[in-house]
Amino acid sequence: MTVRIQIARFDPGAETNAFLAQAAGAGAAVTFTGLVRSLPDQPVESLTLECYPELAINQIEAMIADASSRFGLLAATVIHRYGALPPGDPIVQVMTLAPHREAAFQGAEFLMDFLKTDAPFWKQEATPDGPRWVEARTADDAARRRWETT
Amino acid sequence: MKILYFAMFRERLNRSEEDVDPPDTVRTVTDLVNWLRRRDEAANLAFEKPSLVRAAIDARIAKPDASIIGATTVALFPPMTGG
Repeated sequence: MTVRIQIARFDPGAETNAFLAQAAGAGAAVTFTGLVRSLPDQPVESLTLECYPELAINQIEAMIADASSRFGLLAATVIHRYGALPPGDPIVQVMTLAPHREAAFQGAEFLMDFLKTDAPFWKQEATPDGPRWVEARTADDAARRRWETT
Repeated sequence: MKILYFAMFRERLNRSEEDVDPPDTVRTVTDLVNWLRRRDEAANLAFEKPSLVRAAIDARIAKPDASIIGATTVALFPPMTGG
């Protein structure tokens, strides 16, 4: 179980290969990479992420522990960047390893849903009209809530 | 006690942290936010929507009614937008 919070760019392919090298006994690996998006009708010059690193590590370690016990993950890694990132750059990578694909998919989805709402990062887009804070989305809250056990 | 401000709160208050010494009557996160709001107008405006204020005490997420007594660091921030 690994958490990395960093400014530096990472190579998604190299990270995936390094993660898979520990796959002895696993039947499935899922990798998700989130990228800085810039759409033609909503252009973004850069995305700046502010972070509270100490809290981020505590929060993400707890998410990974929760995901691991729920889905029986064999390994999980979260890499999350902060600082000013250009369009197309990787922001976040979530990787899960499990005996079967359902657990690997669900574990990765669970971690991404929790990162959206519970990881202390704040995004600000530089746009042609000036800087704009990205607001928390109710759809992200709903995605996170579906994992709540009754 | 050190207070950390992030994102829009940091911008509106024009500072990322400060040391404060609230009176004994300030016992919870909500008490602290209300006390900060009474201290200056920038804080009053920054925290005008209590439902949009999140907190952490000593790098652990804290609810509005959590006790701040004995805390070293309290962080105040808007809803998180990670991932």
